Amino acid sequence: MIGSLATLGRYTVATLAEVGHVFIFSVKGLRSCFIPPFYFREIIRQMKVIGFYSVPIVGLTAIFAGMVLALQTHVGFTRFDAGDAVASVVVISITRELGPVFAGLMVAGRVSSSVAAEIGSMRVSEQIDALTVLGVNPFKFLIAPRIITGILTLPLLVLVADVIGVMGGFLVSVTMLNFSTGAYISQTLHAMQSIDVISGLVKAAAFGFCITTLGCYHGFYSDLGARGVGNATTAAVVFSCITILVFNYLLTALFFGA
Amino acid sequence: MKKKIILKDVYKSFGEGLRVLNGISLEIEDGESRIIVGRSGCGKSVLLKCLLGIMKIDGGDILVDGIGVGDKKRFPEYMRKFSILFQGNALFDSMTVLENVTFALGRTERDKSLRKLKAEEKLAAVGLEKRVFDLYPAEISGGMQKRAALARAIAVEPEILLFDEPTSGLDPVTGGVICNLLRDTVELLGVTSVTITHDLRVAEFLSDKVSVLNEGNVVWTGHTREMETCGNEFVKNFHRASNVISKVRRN
Repeated sequence: MIGSLATLGRYTVATLAEVGHVFIFSVKGLRSCFIPPFYFREIIRQMKVIGFYSVPIVGLTAIFAGMVLALQTHVGFTRFDAGDAVASVVVISITRELGPVFAGLMVAGRVSSSVAAEIGSMRVSEQIDALTVLGVNPFKFLIAPRIITGILTLPLLVLVADVIGVMGGFLVSVTMLNFSTGAYISQTLHAMQSIDVISGLVKAAAFGFCITTLGCYHGFYSDLGARGVGNATTAAVVFSCITILVFNYLLTALFFGA
Repeated sequence: MKKKIILKDVYKSFGEGLRVLNGISLEIEDGESRIIVGRSGCGKSVLLKCLLGIMKIDGGDILVDGIGVGDKKRFPEYMRKFSILFQGNALFDSMTVLENVTFALGRTERDKSLRKLKAEEKLAAVGLEKRVFDLYPAEISGGMQKRAALARAIAVEPEILLFDEPTSGLDPVTGGVICNLLRDTVELLGVTSVTITHDLRVAEFLSDKVSVLNEGNVVWTGHTREMETCGNEFVKNFHRASNVISKVRRN
């Protein structure tokens, strides 16, 4: 009994220490985003890698999410004679929840892993030590450009996801569910409020911060060797996804809880 | 001669009980080429990282020109004195060979065009042809990577050059060429150098003053030719073992 309690205590302390370590890393990372020197070339490179190359997968996810949502909503709501509400449900669901969360999870899978692997292999091959010897702060050169990119590009990706997701719902509604084009568009515009889009974009910025910070953290402190980098990559994706879901709830409660 | 580097009772441990540096003391004079040899895992690379300030020491002190490694205010000045050729070269993957050197020059040179010119000059000085300047490190051979890393190391005009296992991973011919290049570079620049190696042939080639490390401490310092006749059994055995390997290789 005492042994089990001791083990539980050790795990609790270790988890809290890890959370504290991540928090300190995040604060240091965020602070380095505002203190010169700024490596603009590196920021642009990261924008291409993290933002631009994620457009296809985010777009693909969004269009299918919108299409499925339109179909399911129509099927479900017709039971209560509310089949006309498809456009409203699609636009509100996509902009508030599905757009940010799906884009966040997709980018977490694609970017968090690659950031952790890249920085982890830099740690293993002593490139981070080389930066320090050259008088370059690794936080400013490696971490800050990725965090800045995450915060700036995720909202843009979510905007793309919102537009494509709504388009997916529109396509299914017009071609399969016999909605008229004009009625669908006007219902969409009527139902959509600026707070829906803004809350989604704020969520996206928070997710971008979490994804890049956790990717950087796990890469930066990865154990040496191929296994260490592999473990860092897995941990980065798992914790990014969990953090996205937790933050999604917290931000939803903050925006719409009252 | 002025003491350039002084290590006083330096301790470094990892976790509980794994003591890697065990009260090591060492003095290296200005302009000297010192070789530190020892078996794998005896703490050579840790010593180098502690000297660079990349790893924090648990006890003792490290002084370079009187500046302590723990002196936060003067740490940038302390760091600027060093440059290192890492065991695995540590060239930045995302940059070309030329960009690797120009990036390093950002530490000393503000003018971009001058930086590029200087980088090309350094790369040519280590014997790299212009055709490799725009290639990425992964696209060139191990010997070329070593040369590029050396160009990056000397580009920042350091006072102290550190070499961590400079011939590791290279074939004997390329290893010999790199050793020649390192010796010529150190002589030409007139800098203090510290080389970490487990290969006594490299040690004998680069300098004749050697410190032997065992179990986290310097057990002997002297000239390579005195190793066989010194009173320390570990040093004698280390020297004999190296000779046996050399003979086996020759046969």
